[in-house]
Amino acid sequence: MAAITEALDLGQLDRSLAQRVSPGRWEKILSCIQCGTCSASCPAAHAMDISPRQMWRMVQLGMTEEVLRSKSIWLCSLCYTCHVRCPRGIPLTETIVRLKELAMERGIVSSPQSEAFYRAFAEVMRRYGRLREVEFMARYFLASNPLAALGFARLGLTMLARGKIRPELPRLGGEGRLDRLFARVAELEEKR
Amino acid sequence: MRYIFYPGCSQEGTALEYRDSTLAVLQALGADVQELEGWTCCGASVASVMSELLGFVLPARNLALAEKQANGRDLLTVCSACYTNFRRTFATLAANRQLHQKVNQALELEGLAYQGTLTARHILDVLANDFGPEAIRARVKKPLEGLTVAPYYGCQTVRPYSPFDDGQRPTSMLPLLEALGVKVHRHSREASCCGTSLLMTKPEVGLTMVGSVLEACEGADCIVTVCPMCHMNLDAYQDKVSRLLGRKVQIPVLYLPQLIGLALGLPEEKLGLRRHITPVKF
Ligand code: SF4
Ligand code: SF4
Repeated sequence: MAAITEALDLGQLDRSLAQRVSPGRWEKILSCIQCGTCSASCPAAHAMDISPRQMWRMVQLGMTEEVLRSKSIWLCSLCYTCHVRCPRGIPLTETIVRLKELAMERGIVSSPQSEAFYRAFAEVMRRYGRLREVEFMARYFLASNPLAALGFARLGLTMLARGKIRPELPRLGGEGRLDRLFARVAELEEKR
Repeated sequence: MRYIFYPGCSQEGTALEYRDSTLAVLQALGADVQELEGWTCCGASVASVMSELLGFVLPARNLALAEKQANGRDLLTVCSACYTNFRRTFATLAANRQLHQKVNQALELEGLAYQGTLTARHILDVLANDFGPEAIRARVKKPLEGLTVAPYYGCQTVRPYSPFDDGQRPTSMLPLLEALGVKVHRHSREASCCGTSLLMTKPEVGLTMVGSVLEACEGADCIVTVCPMCHMNLDAYQDKVSRLLGRKVQIPVLYLPQLIGLALGLPEEKLGLRRHITPVKF
């Protein structure tokens, strides 16, 4: 990032991103003092392309595309460490979840594995009302990277042997346990 | 002590032994436990990424069912992600009437409404505060003397919605462990992150996180957890972590109720220690 030489005039910022991902409490995001506590606390910061501190500045600046396309949001494991430590009390972790939602909605998820993970999980949840772990894993690996499944094959066999997982055939067609509730939520959110 | 038990999805599969050992210990302590009828997934970390509203509706559906069945019982969860979803829903809806109404508009479809009167409690809270170390100590048949145990709370057990312990330096497991006669191995990663779903989506990052927890616990005979996600990550990836670190790391990981069950002398088939990936041998 280029060095910032002038003081930011917070009155002039593009607030659309902050307003979108933190409805009702977006002013809080503008109160970030760039202290870096979030970055220093984050167990995944070392693997991120934009550090949490930088990301919050970019949210303030309304840099929507750059933030949504970052790897960082998909590296957040929801540990809530930054959330409880932020001296300005910004609800950081939950705002990252909203950033993930927005990236999914706009179809600009930089991590195909994460997208496959969320979609496979949601699909199994909608069908059966509860997660069927084996079917979820199968769907996830098929959609993300079937070869990566090999890396899990040995673990899968051990789990079968210990009775930790049971072979379950995907019941294609499903039961549609939560179909109606999911549809109702989409209707209320005026999506799709 | 009367509870409604919300098992959560993993208790029907990979974490069956957590459910069995929890119910066995609660029974031994004289609790009256009913399973929540008609429960569905709390949405895990997934629903609220798919849609903010869905992330509240799925927990609220279960909370609404629990309100109907409660009759003075507390809602008990054993998974820290379910726990956080329930408490986040309770707290957020209490502060946002509009959202609360919208959630109930969705639930109407199933003939349900969440009143906002009930939230969830965590098994660690219940063991530490409803029963307490003295009640447990009084029932110990085989004190686990000579065993060194590393407590591991993980993240969402203690933050940010948890009222029963410190969000960064938790201690609620200590008196319980001492009541079992074990020696406690304190370490710097007690409330660090296990990596959650990164083990699947970004394995190289997830394995570093698991590795740092396992390394901090070295020197103990076992690790004790209170969340099925933490358990899976710490227990199942030790081979991969060993490869990453270039040396063998092997340390059994038990659920707290399993360890309590051992000290209470409960039968092995109730504790399911053989189901773990890292063999439980002390
Ligand atoms: S901890 Fe809070 S105030 Fe500090 S840089 Fe991060 S978001 Fe800004
Ligand atoms: S909640 Fe996410 S961004 Fe914050 S410290 Fe944890 S992993 Fe990092």
